Amino acid sequence: MPSPRYWREVPTRFRLEAGRCTACGKVVYPARRVCPACRSETFEPVVLSPRGTVVTSTVIHAAPPEFQMEAPYAMAIIETPEGARFMVQVTDCEPGEVEPGAEVALEFRRIRKEGKSGILCYGHKAVPAR
Amino acid sequence: MRDVAIVAAGMTPFGELWHHSLRDLFVEAALEALRAARVDTVDSIYVGNMAGGQFVGQEHLGPLMADHLGMRGVPSTRVESACASGGVALRSAFFEVASGLSDLVLAVGVEKMNDGGDVTGVLATAADQELEAYHGITFPGLYAMIARAHMAAHGTTLEDLAAVSVKNHGHGALNPKAQFQNRVTLEQVMASAPVAEPLRLLHCSPVSDGAAAVLLCPLARAREFTDRPVKIRASAMATSSMALADRHDPSMLDAVTLAGARAYQMAGLGPADIDVAEVHDCFSIAEICALEALCFVDTGKGGAAARTGETALGGRLPVNTSGGLKAKGHPVGATGIAQAIEIVEQLRGEAGDRQVADAAIGLTQNMGGSGGSAVVHIFERV
Repeated sequence: MPSPRYWREVPTRFRLEAGRCTACGKVVYPARRVCPACRSETFEPVVLSPRGTVVTSTVIHAAPPEFQMEAPYAMAIIETPEGARFMVQVTDCEPGEVEPGAEVALEFRRIRKEGKSGILCYGHKAVPAR
Repeated sequence: MRDVAIVAAGMTPFGELWHHSLRDLFVEAALEALRAARVDTVDSIYVGNMAGGQFVGQEHLGPLMADHLGMRGVPSTRVESACASGGVALRSAFFEVASGLSDLVLAVGVEKMNDGGDVTGVLATAADQELEAYHGITFPGLYAMIARAHMAAHGTTLEDLAAVSVKNHGHGALNPKAQFQNRVTLEQVMASAPVAEPLRLLHCSPVSDGAAAVLLCPLARAREFTDRPVKIRASAMATSSMALADRHDPSMLDAVTLAGARAYQMAGLGPADIDVAEVHDCFSIAEICALEALCFVDTGKGGAAARTGETALGGRLPVNTSGGLKAKGHPVGATGIAQAIEIVEQLRGEAGDRQVADAAIGLTQNMGGSGGSAVVHIFERV
């Protein structure tokens, strides 16, 4: 990944910064220019709580090259208390136990490593809520 | 707007075609269609292709294909909507003829997936790169999440999913152009290797090479080229959120619902009028969701359709008589056109062992990504 592209996404990936539409209250993560619910262009920043509920999930067995060493691993779409929904890997647990409805906490982790000469890419992964 | 007909079709076999390049596949399918209509040139060409640039390092397919077809000078445009690229190529050709701008337009879908590319990585570019692929999700993974959501919301079972694959392999066994012409059992599907839970290998469409071509012209001129034209009654498209996480309900394909409703409205028809349908079963769960989105069954009831034989040949509404993406194969850019060809053959009475008796109206549903784009066409025998 070219480093400017990675750098642009730091507020989202490192700090969980989202936007809340001041017109309809929709929380979008990452922040956007136009609200997908009401097309307003006015947002206030909101930092997401580092926890959520699993909406749906899977266990990846056939993984992309960068993730092959980690397979099998669980992935989930989670919803935070603010109503933001997004995709995360769920780790530090048996992958088969990540079911819809499960409570998870978000932790800052290394997400991927781009070969021998690429940059290390960070972000959030989920772990079972304790 | 003028009425538009398909007057000829051509299609390569689908499979791992190691002896054929991207351009070879295109030319073979296109020539077959042109010869069937006895024409040597066209007014315009649309090439449906998802990822020539990534699979074989080749972009700019419009002029490349026109050149290799001996048609330098003819306008030729590549269109892309991930796995719905074929469907949008057909739709683009339809617009051009319907508008009156051109009379003879060729729509060809083509994909060369087996040529050394990282197929999983290339297909994942149809997902949201920043929000989905970055974290390690795959395409089977996205549909596995749809499946798990459907199972949780509606009680759909692993047997329901497997029954879709069993049915489509049964149909593929009757299709000489299908990549897989073997039947599979429920037990084989349920014991195949896990890919992304709950989906297993035999729930997934294969990696395929192939091309499919159709020739369109105004219905008023169709008899110049064939005795059995097929009228395009509707062409509709819709989009949804790119990321699966942004869908209100991840067990619903809302772009398909919207495209289907628009197609029914354009045709002045409803789901009960359809005699045969080809739907985008890239994974078994996708056929179940598509049946619901197109209103062939009630929401949440799609799981029973294949298991009870309702959607098999001889059932109430035969679905994916070609074998579907699962058995016929899924060269992604070619699929939307290949679906139309199966319906054309059914409506012309040329489907051989797969023939649905007295089929007069048929539907195709093609989609891109995890359902971010969807194209629905309705066809009629004339």
